[in-house]
Amino acid sequence: MSLSQQFIEAMKSLTSNKLRSSLTILGIVIGVAAVISMLAIGRGAQNSITNSINGIGTNLLYISSGNPTQNVRNPKPLTTADVAALQDPAAAPDVAAVAPVIQARTTVVADGKTTSTSVSGVTPDYAQISNESTTEGDFINQSQTTSRAAVAVIGPTTATTLFGGTSGIVGKQIRIGGTPFTVIGVLTSKGGSGFGSQDDRVLIPLTTAQTRLIKRNPSNRVDQILAQATSSETVTAAQDEISAVLRVTHKTKPGLDDFNILAQAAILDAVSSITGIMTVFLGGIAGISLLVGGIGIMNIMLVSVTERTREIGLRKALGARKIDILIQFLTESIMLSLLGGFIGILVAWGISSIIGQIAAASGTPITPSIGLDAILLATLFSSAIGLLFGLYPSNRAASLQPVEALRYE
Amino acid sequence: MSEQVISAENLAKTYRMGEVEVHALNGVTIHVDRGEVVAIMGPSGSGKSTLMNILGCLDLPSSGDYVLDGENVSHLSEDQLAQIRNRKVGFVFQTFNLLQRTSALANVELPLRYAAPLYSEPSLEAERSGGVNGKGKERARQALISVGLGDRINHRPNELSGGQQQRVAIARALINDPAILMADEPTGNLDSKSGKEIMDLLLSLNRERGMTIIIVTHDPTIAAQTQRTIHLRDGVIEEEVK
Ligand SMILES: Nc1ncnc2c1ncn2[C@@H]1O[C@H](COP(=O)(O)OP(=O)(O)O)[C@@H](O)[C@H]1O
Ligand SMILES: [Mg+2]
Repeated sequence: MSLSQQFIEAMKSLTSNKLRSSLTILGIVIGVAAVISMLAIGRGAQNSITNSINGIGTNLLYISSGNPTQNVRNPKPLTTADVAALQDPAAAPDVAAVAPVIQARTTVVADGKTTSTSVSGVTPDYAQISNESTTEGDFINQSQTTSRAAVAVIGPTTATTLFGGTSGIVGKQIRIGGTPFTVIGVLTSKGGSGFGSQDDRVLIPLTTAQTRLIKRNPSNRVDQILAQATSSETVTAAQDEISAVLRVTHKTKPGLDDFNILAQAAILDAVSSITGIMTVFLGGIAGISLLVGGIGIMNIMLVSVTERTREIGLRKALGARKIDILIQFLTESIMLSLLGGFIGILVAWGISSIIGQIAAASGTPITPSIGLDAILLATLFSSAIGLLFGLYPSNRAASLQPVEALRYE
Repeated sequence: MSEQVISAENLAKTYRMGEVEVHALNGVTIHVDRGEVVAIMGPSGSGKSTLMNILGCLDLPSSGDYVLDGENVSHLSEDQLAQIRNRKVGFVFQTFNLLQRTSALANVELPLRYAAPLYSEPSLEAERSGGVNGKGKERARQALISVGLGDRINHRPNELSGGQQQRVAIARALINDPAILMADEPTGNLDSKSGKEIMDLLLSLNRERGMTIIIVTHDPTIAAQTQRTIHLRDGVIEEEVK
């Protein structure tokens, strides 16, 4: 019998009991939809987190004092002297830029509105390293740094909180920790999510912060140094150069570094592997429902074989061989599961776009993405399920003895 | 082609039900010539259906030798038997056994589908008729016309009377031009009028086409219309009447 005839016969037999076939398909629809939408949401979450990490800057290295892996007593703090040493191109040729940061949570007041937010003292280089730009006004420049000017660049969320919008704010006054500052710029939104918003913060010149707002001991101490490698290939080299420089300035013994360098790529890897595990876990749970759907197919096929025992006997009497009957029933079960698979893909697409909208509405933009691989996987998986769970009932049908089957009441 | 369509020697069939052995057939020798119509009679449980199943290659005998249309089928595999049934045997059942979902035409076509399978053993590849192509459909239509159902081609079985359903079954049995037609109580589920019509149809097939036919029946008047009657009792041939 030709393939198209098989197909038409299977279709006829499935449509002769529409309710039963639909319910069987539903089991597969739920399973496939669950698996695909879980994978899509997992991938969307991963993309969203990765994007927000990349939004911080590219090829970054975070240098901080102390060493979590070695028990170092009395670690020396990072200072602006360290920054100066790292800025020497002869000592660290693969380091493109260095930016020290000191940071504190402070109350910011403007127009009678108050908010508590993160205030950071930064240098002009911070803008380049951290991918900052402004929608209005300018970033902190060198002369403001030299003169310790009382100027501030504020994030879009902070601007909205204090002034109810993000435009027409340059030139306005805010009080940070009681000290008056003039707003000189509004940062472009990074749309960050998950990792705490990058949009709610205030940046002021490092020198201003050190002298007026965030006093550290010693006075040239900084909380963190950001360094940017010249390219993604030189990140490791830059990391080694930074270590060498700091070992000299901190006079540490070999193997007893009192500082810690974290590459952005390592954070990305860690986050990806966490979200990857989460995705596999969710997909696995959803996979169980696919399995249940498969058992549903097997159940219905067994019922169908029993009901059609006489038909099978007749077909055999008319010349059908084992393989003809086997293929007949396998075609039916694979059609059930494939149909379920296709509908499941559509349902998954609906579910993920709804979840994407809910996430966007609640301020965490996740764009679930259904990849071609997920669709292929679902198609392959559902036909495999049809084959696997159809095999036993079909084989049972094919093995019926014609005389016995014809006598069946 | 041999003149004998059926040549069976000493057929025996034993069913084992737990500890008990049932000897349904106990050494039956039967020969049927081409163009003959033979009736098989006997009380219920005498082994008529068992004999028909073996002669129709639906079942294998426990012992004995059976040559059907020149081919020894005693030791064939299940699938080989299936192909023999498809090419050489036409079945007419007491309960019609039509597929309810499909039209009369599709029912008649059904054996053609298994006549040219995709996956076939080369030894059986010879003399295959085509699949259900346009030609097959036309053949099925002609078969329905020849049993007097030219105007019921697209009717479903449940839209047909018992007699008409049995005609569809006969058309189906004829579609592959079998060497022999086997009818196990073909009128058993019919009223006497349609029963007589079916018998007339079968006998006319013999007269006009020279079809070889074996009919199992309880009805002596039917048996009287055949050339030979074999009486079975307890799995053996009690007597043969010409
Ligand atoms: N599959 C079977 N298993 C066990 N016994 C059977 C089977 N088929 C038939 N028999 C027995 O074989 C005998 C002959 O049955 P059957 O050929 O159907 O008789 P008939 O058709 O003449 O009424 C009966 O005793 C019946 O019970
Ligand atoms: Mg019987």
